[in-house]
Amino acid sequence: MYKSWWKIASVVLLFYTFIAGFLLDVPRLAPLQETIRNLYFHVCMWFAMMILFTISVVNAIRYLRTFKHKYDIYARQYAVTGIFLGLLGYATGTIWASYTWADPNKPAINSFSTIARDPKLIGAAIALLVYFAYLILRDSIQDMDKKARISAVYNIFAYAMLFPAIWILPRILPSLHPGREGNPALDVKNDISSNMRIVFYPAVIGWTLLATWITTLKIRLSLLKEKKMLS
Amino acid sequence: MMKWKKFLSLFSLLLVSCIGMAQENKVEMADTMRSNGRIYVVIAVVLTILIGLILYVVRLDRKISKLEKEK
Repeated sequence: MYKSWWKIASVVLLFYTFIAGFLLDVPRLAPLQETIRNLYFHVCMWFAMMILFTISVVNAIRYLRTFKHKYDIYARQYAVTGIFLGLLGYATGTIWASYTWADPNKPAINSFSTIARDPKLIGAAIALLVYFAYLILRDSIQDMDKKARISAVYNIFAYAMLFPAIWILPRILPSLHPGREGNPALDVKNDISSNMRIVFYPAVIGWTLLATWITTLKIRLSLLKEKKMLS
Repeated sequence: MMKWKKFLSLFSLLLVSCIGMAQENKVEMADTMRSNGRIYVVIAVVLTILIGLILYVVRLDRKISKLEKEK
């Protein structure tokens, strides 16, 4: 095991997130109540996903500049972990929404039709589907160099699709999802309370580092596999 | 060696859950685990999961390192 400071930092930050995240005071808001603590988990999944997709696209560009095969592997594995985090974010968001957005006085199906129409959800779904297509495109090409080159170019397009799908569209259209004005969770002056910020930022870093750790494991495995194939 | 480690990690996880069990037989008192709407129970649960996950990732990391050394 490579002992690195960032692996330890990830563990420490996550422990801090889980303890401080449940114990520190949070603002008392009417529909949210204690579920506001989901900020440290649900939102962090999406933040980590965006960071991992960014690392993925950087590696795709590095591949296109150098044609070194390892960058292709990096780009793929970071994208896969990013997709996984996105799915976790979606799943947790579903649970959260069903207890805060859904109207308890109406049958569930009525609330579903309003929630499912929410632009933020549709945007996130589009972004994830574009990345699913990345994996399908990759794995459908047999030739190694062709596969790497085409998927690196597609990766850049997929990353470009992230911007309208999860950052621009949900802010233009009316949405139930918070964070439509300004920079959600990053606006120091008038967004989340300072009490929450001291947990939220370490949480984002901790989750991102854990995701990176898992990704490096996957990268090392696929590099090993590659070596085995060549020898 | 590896088996022993496996046993140890499992045992430590069981130990964490035993802390929760021990409280069941007592008369309800103002102890930590039952205060604040039993939020500490939630923390015990999520920390158990987190410890388990991290041990799992560390073990995977070790295994892969061993494979890398074999080459």
